[in-house]
Amino acid sequence: MGNVEEYPIIWLQCATCTGCSVSILNSESPTIKNILVDEILPGKHLNLRFHPTIMAGAGQAVIEEMEETKQRKSGSYILMIEGAIPTIEDGNYGCIGEKDEKPITMLSAVESLGKEALAVIALGTCAAFGGIAAAHRNPGKCVGVDKLFKSLSIITPLINIPGCPPHPDWLVGTVASFLLNGLPKEEDLDEYRRPKAFYGRLIHERCPRRADFDEGKFAKNFNKPGCLYELGCKGPVAYADCPLRLWNGGVNWCINAGSPCIGCCEFGFPDVVSPLYQKMDVEALPIVGRRIEIE
Amino acid sequence: MNKIIIDPVTRIEGHLKIEVSVENGEVKDAKSSGMLFRGIEFILQGRDPRDAQMLTERICGVCPTSHSIAAALNLDSAFGISDKIPDNGRIMRNLILGAAHIADHILHFYHLSALDYLDITKVASYDGSDAVLSSLRNFAERGKLGPFIPRYEGDYRLSDEITLNVIAHYIEALTMRRKAQKMVSIFGGKMPHNMGVIPGGVTMVPTTDKIISFIWRLNELRDFINTIYLPDVLAIAEAYSDYFEIGVGCRNLLSYGSYDLDGKESDLTKRQRLFKQGTVSIDLNFNKLDITQISEEVKYSWYESGSAETEPKFGKEGAYSWIKAPRYGGKVYEVGPLARMMTNYVNGDPRIKELADPILSRFKAEPKNLFSVLGRHIARAVETKYIADSMQDWLLQLKPGESSYVDYIIPDDSIGVGLIEAARGALGHWIEIKDKKIANYQCVVPSTWNLSPRDDSGQPGPVEQALIGTKIKDESNPFEVVRIVRSFDPCIACAVHCIKM
Ligand code: SF4
Ligand code: SF4
Repeated sequence: MGNVEEYPIIWLQCATCTGCSVSILNSESPTIKNILVDEILPGKHLNLRFHPTIMAGAGQAVIEEMEETKQRKSGSYILMIEGAIPTIEDGNYGCIGEKDEKPITMLSAVESLGKEALAVIALGTCAAFGGIAAAHRNPGKCVGVDKLFKSLSIITPLINIPGCPPHPDWLVGTVASFLLNGLPKEEDLDEYRRPKAFYGRLIHERCPRRADFDEGKFAKNFNKPGCLYELGCKGPVAYADCPLRLWNGGVNWCINAGSPCIGCCEFGFPDVVSPLYQKMDVEALPIVGRRIEIE
Repeated sequence: MNKIIIDPVTRIEGHLKIEVSVENGEVKDAKSSGMLFRGIEFILQGRDPRDAQMLTERICGVCPTSHSIAAALNLDSAFGISDKIPDNGRIMRNLILGAAHIADHILHFYHLSALDYLDITKVASYDGSDAVLSSLRNFAERGKLGPFIPRYEGDYRLSDEITLNVIAHYIEALTMRRKAQKMVSIFGGKMPHNMGVIPGGVTMVPTTDKIISFIWRLNELRDFINTIYLPDVLAIAEAYSDYFEIGVGCRNLLSYGSYDLDGKESDLTKRQRLFKQGTVSIDLNFNKLDITQISEEVKYSWYESGSAETEPKFGKEGAYSWIKAPRYGGKVYEVGPLARMMTNYVNGDPRIKELADPILSRFKAEPKNLFSVLGRHIARAVETKYIADSMQDWLLQLKPGESSYVDYIIPDDSIGVGLIEAARGALGHWIEIKDKKIANYQCVVPSTWNLSPRDDSGQPGPVEQALIGTKIKDESNPFEVVRIVRSFDPCIACAVHCIKM
């Protein structure tokens, strides 16, 4: 069996719907069993020490397991954060558990675990940017990890993998690249700390309905063929590789199902793309791939 | 009196704390607390009503499909088109919901519940040649069995042979639930958070290639349900048959009904559905559903009462949860697969009798014994088969190439209601539209019913009642508590919400 290197992972669920975890369960290849049980790459094993939806134990015992991992593996564990962090009332709107009858807020857990992690992955739009939990009126004063870290001067390396939920390949690919090449270089990430490998191009650049857009063939209603721009498609401002990667093992994706892209990986989702089914102003359209005049 | 606090309760959706007081080995008091507040309904205010299904499905990543369908039914009703949805749209919504329920129930039994009954460490001594079990043994040999240790120790009763079988099925079930999610995606675009369900119907026109691809995935799932899932549930029931008496609960069940078989009746409480609307008590009394009986109470929840809206108020004197207490006619009701199966059972549905009666006679049990931990697991498994068996016909009823959507005009002012069943129970959405915007949106969600705290008159919620009176064999390994709680399939992200009815 040779020497297997263990990579401890602590997976915190904050203000989340658990959709990010469910999406990762849907990973096609490697499967979730390959990810958690097998050597995900030869000689390398992801050692999931804490994940509320999966782990067998409960209560104080698992909280202690989490704290022990933090102490024993200080500086060498990966912290995965799913969900935004409520900051209102000292974080008391969201608790991950308790120790000695004292509740542990998500806010304090992200701070203390974040400081000592080797790297932090903010998984999903809520963890990355606040997402749905931080949408207007933001009742829990929720923030994403980046914003929180900046306010607390935490400098642990951070990678954002937004998406509502994120595609499992985006996480698996990012983790694999980390295992093989170490932390991403600054030039591998975009201005929102998203890996360019997955979020480098607009949906609109690679959409199969792009020819319809260029020819002005717009669907006037659902169920109709044509580009979905007039039905509110946010593909022209949304960065992700869904048109090539497809979802759920390739059976479908949003626009192939006749649904406009809602820009679920974007900073400011859902407010900046609302109303979701309202046509964007022409001025908002980026200048990409316009037809060039050939002499 | 000893206090047992379990926080977090793991292998559920969301942040739940359970506290029980034990005297002479018996639970005297129990408290269920939801530990996260997000306030999605506040977030919906002022938005375009058409965004409701996209935003509300993000209440829960485990059951987004039920929220999207509840929201779509709600908007259909507010837009005055409840009776105009094309059959294709109605049927595709059923298929999306059905595939999601199959995925959810498999996940719940194997990945959320089974570890309470299954000694997974037994895999360490496996010496056979099965590739999956061998890889698990290698995993165990590499060190601690994280995330499967720590755990409660003691009451694992399955034989070595059954244990190894069910462990292999735990892994196979990961694949099967993923395949069921692919079925959702075939008509819903992606999963979690399907994009296909919208007011007026579904975004996609069904095509023959999609239908046949769905049928064969379904067939694979049906094989798994018949030959693995159902037998495993019964094997666990065999070894833990005392759990027919444990976790009885509040003795009243409520179902909104689910899977529309007809699209012409606008009143959802009267619409013909595969699973019928109604309430059933432990003495098998059935009553028709009357949604005007629903109320919500907040004396023990962290909300200020009195105003039109329920504002969060953390630290309120006496309160202990972000979950409110919904009640029906002032009484406590449990929701979920057991409620759905019993509602059809007492109405004489021959298909449910055919599935349930042999199980009851095998365990020499009566219908009232189904009000229990095992009853809930059995109802869930039976329901999975019932739904999967029904879906084939629906697929053949689809008209390829024909419309699944009807257009509408958003009214200036209107109200709506959408009732459906999520995997874990009755789900209702209500909307009030003013000036073409959402003025108010409310969700009353399954786990709000099941995990509710005490109501204004002090009646404990269903899970609390199921815990009170339970004998705990070993207070440092309180299996009984987690088995009872998990039998309800709690979903706390759903349960917490805040607009007053
Ligand atoms: S607007 Fe949307 S549907 Fe149209 S080409 Fe761009 S991404 Fe595709
Ligand atoms: S197509 Fe758009 S809405 Fe759909 S998953 Fe990709 S980024 Fe999100």
